[in-house]
Amino acid sequence: MSEVRFHGRGGQGVVTTSKILANAFGRIGQFGASFPMFGFERRGAPVTAFGRFSDKPVREKTQIYNPDVIVVLDPSQKSSEAVFNGLLPGGMMLLNDSEPTTDISHDNLVKIGVIDANKIALEEIGLPIPNTVIAGAFAKLTGMIDIGPVTQALDDYFQGSKLSANMVCAKRGFDEVNIIDL
Amino acid sequence: MTTPRNDSQIKVITGNAAAAIGAKLARPDVVAAYPITPQTEVIEQLSLFHATGELDCELITVEGENSAMNSVMAASLAGGRVFTASSSWGLVFMYDAVLAVAGARAPVVMVNVNRETPGIIAVSCGQQDMISTRDSGWIFTIAENCQEVLDQVLMAYRLAEDYDIQLPVMVHYDGFYVSYLSEVVDIPSQESVDQFLSILKTQPERTKLVPGQKLGCGSHGILGGYLELRHKHVSAMERSKAKFDQIDQEFMDQFGRSYGGQVEEYCMEDAEVVLVGSGSMCGTIKSVIDEKREAGIKVGLLKLRMYRPFPSERIIESLKGRKAVGVVDRSLNFGFKGGPIYTEIKAFETQMGGAKLVSFIDGIANTDITKANVANMIDMTCDLAAGKDVPEVTWVSYPEANEGV
Repeated sequence: MSEVRFHGRGGQGVVTTSKILANAFGRIGQFGASFPMFGFERRGAPVTAFGRFSDKPVREKTQIYNPDVIVVLDPSQKSSEAVFNGLLPGGMMLLNDSEPTTDISHDNLVKIGVIDANKIALEEIGLPIPNTVIAGAFAKLTGMIDIGPVTQALDDYFQGSKLSANMVCAKRGFDEVNIIDL
Repeated sequence: MTTPRNDSQIKVITGNAAAAIGAKLARPDVVAAYPITPQTEVIEQLSLFHATGELDCELITVEGENSAMNSVMAASLAGGRVFTASSSWGLVFMYDAVLAVAGARAPVVMVNVNRETPGIIAVSCGQQDMISTRDSGWIFTIAENCQEVLDQVLMAYRLAEDYDIQLPVMVHYDGFYVSYLSEVVDIPSQESVDQFLSILKTQPERTKLVPGQKLGCGSHGILGGYLELRHKHVSAMERSKAKFDQIDQEFMDQFGRSYGGQVEEYCMEDAEVVLVGSGSMCGTIKSVIDEKREAGIKVGLLKLRMYRPFPSERIIESLKGRKAVGVVDRSLNFGFKGGPIYTEIKAFETQMGGAKLVSFIDGIANTDITKANVANMIDMTCDLAAGKDVPEVTWVSYPEANEGV
């Protein structure tokens, strides 16, 4: 089982990112379970979400304290201690940032994926909502799942032209994420 | 991979969506509800089903929870199948109508998404809303995960509308940890749900209010009548226990899933030490039990699926002769030191063949019932079994409470 912790703010689609990935794992006959934690629903308020992906049913209904992967949708949190809390050795980080490279380092971090998801989202859907770009980039960075089921999963969350635009977002996230081995 | 049965469909959905889909599949005549965090998505989904024509019912967008419950009570008494959903403040705001529904024996089915109640404002998980309304005369069931939410909603209709029961049923599930949890759910086909519920059509029709006909329902009781109605109500609650077990079996026959009825046992065959829990915490407890079992510790879980009526016979049967039992409550029992479910199980202590009992309070106001917390509770219960001194009540995530008052 892989445990993934998502950090972002209300309105960025943190919850949807974690849902899309759980959905994608469900589509390949595996098991995904994700849930968010927040107070009142407000745009801009910090949101954390937790995702567990496994080939066996996921029973734990508890937050994630020792993630294998951290996903940061909000660049302003990229150096926050809370983001790196409990990261396991061999850990990976996916970062949404306008800078293509980063000087982030952490003892347990072996790989970082950086992508300007806001820019891609603005180009494709006209809104700076990075979630679907991030979902695609996650597939590339972690190798835990193919891009196919990720784009198929979008079908449950978007319709019509928004669906096709978000599929482009996910594919661009997969193709354009800059992967840095540490 | 899960094998679909009955032409079912595998989808990744939230607990709230599972509740809405369960309600839709039951083909309600009237849905009336008001949104509240963390239940809002239930209403959004039902509104969407209604808008797209998937749900053919009267959808009443009421101005508040009190109207929601009064609307579904009226529709239920008129013979309709009804559904509503609420949480916390909303449940409290409809409380007078909640009581009236039970008194009228209206078979209303609703979900309550467990959240801390008014008192200290908190948008967070906790079973205090369930505890605050437990003496309303409703049947209460509690679901652990998204699949069980959907399944319990279907079972709830069978139970509520059964001619021998005729009581409202409230299906509880944890806010956040289940309401917003996205996971794989096996969604049964409409045909199989129709078949599962069809037995209700073979039963005598329940008494209903018909405009122009002179018939009262529930409402008013003078001394003798009141006692009779109350006793019948209590008797129906008692009957609902075995009925819930029976429905679980029939659910198994139809859908291939069984949960054990009033209670679910996990690793209980040879368990010397037991945790009693309910709701989402049980998934975490099961995963910790697997780890403890690998270390040779004989620990099991008794999960309460039915909370009202209290499944005392099944609990006694399950716990009798165990060395020690830790009861985990996600709520408080004001006026008692131990948690509410602990206090209730404690009442049957003399029938448990010497099993020792302790109370664990955890998970209040979104406090996470972590795997470490569960391991800690199991260790303390093992200590109790070994004859060591263990406090009767432990607030697992608030050590300050355990230093003595």
